[in-house]
Amino acid sequence: MKKILLSSIILVIGLTFIGRLSYLQIFSFSPNQVLEDSAIKAIYDYPERGYIYDRNGELLVANQPAYDVMVIPREVKPLDTLEFCNLLGITKGKFINTMERARVYSPRLPSVLVPQLSKEDYARLQEKMRRFEGFYIQKRSLRYYATNSGASVLGYISEVNDQDLARNPYYVAGELTGRTGIEKSYEDILRGRKGVKYIQKDRFNRDIGPYKDGILDTLPQQGKEINVTLDKELQEYGEKLMHGKHGGIVAIEPSSGEILTLISGPTYDPALLVGRERSKNYTKLYYDTIAKPTWDRALLAEPSPGSPFKIMNALVALQEGVITPETTFMCYHGFYVGRSKKGCHCGGGKRDLNSGIYKSCNAYFAGVFRKIFDKYPNADEALDVWQKDIKSFGLGSFLGYDLPTGRPGRIPGKEIYDKWYGENRWSSSTIISNAIGQGEVAVTPIQLANMTAAIANRGFYYTPHILKKVAGEDIHIPEYTVAKHTAIDKQYFEPVIQGMADVFKKGTAYRLQIPGVEIAGKTGTVENFTKINGVRTQLTDHSVFIAFAPVDHPKIALAVYIENGYFGSRYAGYIASLLIEKYLKGEITRKDLEKKMLETTLEKEYAKPYSGEPFRINERVW
Amino acid sequence: MSGKSILKRLDWFTVLCYVLLVAIGWINIYSSTYSEAHSSIFDFETIYGKQMFFIGVSLISIVVILALEASFYERFSSLFYIVSLLLLLGVFVFGKTIAGATSWYDLGFFNLQPSEFAKVATALALAKFLSDIQTDIKHKKDQMYAFLIILIPAVLVIPQPDPGSALVFLALIFVLFREGLPLYFLWIGLLAIVIFVATLMFGTIWVAIILGLLITLFFFLKKSTYKAPVLPIIFFFVTAITLSLSVNFIFNNVFEQRHRDRFGLWLGLEKDPKKLEEIRKTIGYNTYQSEKAIESGGFFGKGFLEGTRTKGGFVPEQHTDYIFSTVGEEWGFIGTATVILIFTLLFLRLVFLAERQKNDFSRMYGYGVISILLVHYFVNIGMVIGVLPTIGIPLPFFSYGGSGLLVFTGLLFIFLKLDANRLNELG
Repeated sequence: MKKILLSSIILVIGLTFIGRLSYLQIFSFSPNQVLEDSAIKAIYDYPERGYIYDRNGELLVANQPAYDVMVIPREVKPLDTLEFCNLLGITKGKFINTMERARVYSPRLPSVLVPQLSKEDYARLQEKMRRFEGFYIQKRSLRYYATNSGASVLGYISEVNDQDLARNPYYVAGELTGRTGIEKSYEDILRGRKGVKYIQKDRFNRDIGPYKDGILDTLPQQGKEINVTLDKELQEYGEKLMHGKHGGIVAIEPSSGEILTLISGPTYDPALLVGRERSKNYTKLYYDTIAKPTWDRALLAEPSPGSPFKIMNALVALQEGVITPETTFMCYHGFYVGRSKKGCHCGGGKRDLNSGIYKSCNAYFAGVFRKIFDKYPNADEALDVWQKDIKSFGLGSFLGYDLPTGRPGRIPGKEIYDKWYGENRWSSSTIISNAIGQGEVAVTPIQLANMTAAIANRGFYYTPHILKKVAGEDIHIPEYTVAKHTAIDKQYFEPVIQGMADVFKKGTAYRLQIPGVEIAGKTGTVENFTKINGVRTQLTDHSVFIAFAPVDHPKIALAVYIENGYFGSRYAGYIASLLIEKYLKGEITRKDLEKKMLETTLEKEYAKPYSGEPFRINERVW
Repeated sequence: MSGKSILKRLDWFTVLCYVLLVAIGWINIYSSTYSEAHSSIFDFETIYGKQMFFIGVSLISIVVILALEASFYERFSSLFYIVSLLLLLGVFVFGKTIAGATSWYDLGFFNLQPSEFAKVATALALAKFLSDIQTDIKHKKDQMYAFLIILIPAVLVIPQPDPGSALVFLALIFVLFREGLPLYFLWIGLLAIVIFVATLMFGTIWVAIILGLLITLFFFLKKSTYKAPVLPIIFFFVTAITLSLSVNFIFNNVFEQRHRDRFGLWLGLEKDPKKLEEIRKTIGYNTYQSEKAIESGGFFGKGFLEGTRTKGGFVPEQHTDYIFSTVGEEWGFIGTATVILIFTLLFLRLVFLAERQKNDFSRMYGYGVISILLVHYFVNIGMVIGVLPTIGIPLPFFSYGGSGLLVFTGLLFIFLKLDANRLNELG
C-alpha cells in the first residue's frame, strides 16, 4: 500500500485533469466563436446602396449623406453646455438625458447624440465641433428619392429587427435592410456586401492590431444599380389622377410582362420614410385605419372583379364550343335565378357575343355560364373545366411576380360549394353570380392587369415583373422571359376583343375613346358590403376597368380599381383612358377628363360608413 | 568511486521530461507576454527574455549540482534547513512587499523568495532526520519531530501570507507515509477534509446526523462476537462534531470574505444567481477567464501566438500562475493533454527512481521531491481549470519566476545526482 499510494494519486490526478479538460475543450467548445469572442471586434465597412432607375434610365432612388453627432462619454471634457445645445438645436434637458443614456450604454463606445443632421447643419457645425472633445460627426448614407411617387412599390429601408437577425446571419444589429417593395425584393443586389476588419482587443477594449494579420478581412462589394420596369412619368401621372381616391392601378407591357405602373391609393411621398421623422411618419401612416396608405391595394386588395370577368366566361364558352359568336340570348332587363330576378342595365333585347360584351349584358352571360355547365353530365365536372381554364390566366393563385407581397385571389372550385351546399346539392344556378364576376370570384388588381395582358396577347402572358436591368445588363430570368400559354386557343380571342373594342365605339365606355388610338376594354361595377356595428351594409359600388391599346399591337394593358367609385366608366374608366393616352401619346388631348380626375375626390364617400349616420349609396354626383 | 562519467549515469528520461516542460513553458510565457515592439528572445526588458536568463542560470546550477559530491547534500542538510528558517524569519523584517505579500528579499537585480528555497531545505532535512539510524517513525516521539520539521516552515510562511507554500510543506507528509507512518493519519486527514466540506455545504446538524447513522449501522452489521471499541468511537464522534462546529467558527470569524467567497464559489454555496454572477466577476474572475480561454482553444487550439484571449490579456497572472491557460487556448486539448502526460510520466518515473534507491536518505529525499512537485502541479492546474479553489502557487518548470525555476531545478537535479550516485553507495 505504502509503495503504490503515491503512484495511484498521480494517476488519479492525471485522469481527473484529462477528464475536466476534455469537458472544457471538447464538449463545451463551440466552433462558431470568432464573433462571440470578446477579444475580437469586427469593424464593418458599408458599401453604398445601389441606385434605382426607371425603364428609361430616369433616376428614381439614390442616396444622400446624413450626419449623426456621436459622443464617447468617457472622452467628454467639461464644456459650455448651453452654447453646445444652441449649436445643435436641442434643449438642455434633452442633452442631459441623451448623455445619461449614452453613459449607461457604454462610457467607452460611441452613441448617437443627435441623429441625421441636414447638410446645412452639418456645414455649420463641422468647424466648431473640434472645440468639443468627445464629440464627433459620423457620416451615414440614407435613401434619397428623386420622385414623390411610387412609395409602395419602391418600398423603404429600415433597421433590421430580431427576426431579420435570426433569419439571415449576414446582418448585424443596427444595419439597414429593405423592408417593403423593390428595396426588399432586390435587397441582396442593392445592398452589396459589407467589408469586415477583425481587430484584436485587449481586456480594456483597446485595439491592439489586426486579428491574424488581417487574413480574414474582406473588402466591401458595391451594391449594384438596377433599372426597374416602371415608367416614372406614367407612375407620377397615375398617382396624380389617384388624388383623393382609394384603389389600385396596375399597367403591364403585354409583350414582356414588364410592370409599367403600380399604384396604390391613397399615395404618399416616399421621402416621408427617410431620416429623422421616419418612425413618426410611419406610425402615422400605419395607424390611419380608414385610408390604410400602407396597405398596397394594387397587390393585396381582393375585390370581386365584376363585369371584366364576363370576358373570361365568354372565352371559356368559346373554347368549350358551347357558343359561337352568333349564339344569342334574350335579355328581359335581367335574368332569373330560381324565382328571383337579377337586373340588367343593357336595355334588353336579343344579345349576341359582341353586344353582350359592349353592353355588358348580365342575362347574356348568365346564359353563357349555364351553357358551359349544360355540356357536362354534372356540375362538378363542369366547374373543374371552368376553373382550370380560368386559372390558366394566372387568376386564383399567387402570380409569381418579384414583389414581396401578394394575395392569391379566388377562383372557386367544387370543394367550396360542396362544403357550403353539400355534394351534388348545387348547380350552375346556385353559383350563377360568377357569370358576371360577382359571387365567389376574387381577383387582385395585378391579376386583373395580367389577365388583360393575356387577352391582349391573344392567349399568353409573361409573368409580371419589376426588374429590368441589373448594373446595365438586361435580366435573363426564365420565369419572366418565357411565355405562359392560357388554355384558350388563339382564334377565340378575336371576337371577344372586337366586343371589347366596341365597348369604346358604342358601348359602356363610349365617352372614353382616345382620338387616333384603337382601344379595347371592359367596364365593371362591383357590389360590395361592409359591416357597420355588426350589420351587413351595402356600400357604393367599386369602379373597375380593364383596357389595352392599341388593339392590334398592344403596348399597354391595365387594370384600374377604384373603391366605391360607382360605375366602371366613371373613375376607373377615366383614369384608364387617360393613362393609356399619356403612355402612347405622351400628352393629354382631353383636358376636361383630366381636370375632372385631378379635382374630384371620393373622400366624402369614404367618410360615409364612419359617419355614424344613415347614408345613401350610388349617388349620382356627376 | 566509479570512473564512469556522471553523464552516463544520469537518468536521461527525467532530464528529457524536464527539458520538454521548461521549453514548452517558455514558449507559452513568450506567447502570453509577446508584443510586436520587442521581438528578440534575449531582450531582458521583456518577461520572456528574463525567463530565458533564468533558464540559463538554472543550466549553470545544474552543472554545479552535478559536480558537487553527492554526500554534500546529506551532510549540510541541517545547515540548509536552519539557514532557510532564518531567512523566513528575516523576511518579516527586511522583506519586500509585492502584491500584498511580504515574501521577497530585494537583491537589486532579482527578488529572492526564501520560501522557495525552504522547500528544498525542508525536503533534505526531513530525509536526513528520517534516515538517521536512531529514528523510528513508528515511535510517537519521532513522529512528532518529523511533523515539527514540516510544520515550522509551514507556520512561518502563513503570515506572509503565503498559504500556498504552507500547503506545499504539508505535502511532505507523503514521505512519512512511505516510511511507515500509519495510514490512519491519512484517513483522519481525509475525514477532516470531508467534514470540513460537508459542514460548509450542509451544516453541522446534518454532519452529526449522518455520522450518527453510520455508527449505528456499524453496530448493527458487526459480528456479535466482535467487541466494538465503544469509548474510542464515542471519542471520535465528539471530536468530529467539535471539528464541525469549529469549522463554522473558523469559516465565519477567521477567514476573510475573499476566502469565504472562493470556497463559496468552488462548492456552489452561493444560491442567489445575482450574487453568484457578482462573485464570478470579482473573486472568480481569474478562474472564469482562464476557463474561457482554455475552452475557446477547443481540440486543436488556435495556434502559437494566435490566442485572442491571451493576446488581449484577458487572463490575469497568465505568465505566472495561469500559464496553463495559454497552453489550453493556443494548443488546445492536444497541448493540455500532452503537458498532463509529460507531468504524469515524470512523476511515475521519479517514484520508480526513488524506489530503486539503496540509500534511505536518497529514497526519502526523492519522495520529498515528488510530494513538492506533485502538490504544485495538482493545486495549480486544478485552479486554472476550475476544479480547485484559487490558491496561488506556480506550475513547476512552467510558470514565469526565477526563484521558482531555480528551486524546482535544484530540487530535481539534487535527486538525479543522488540517483546517479546510488551504485557507489554501499548496499
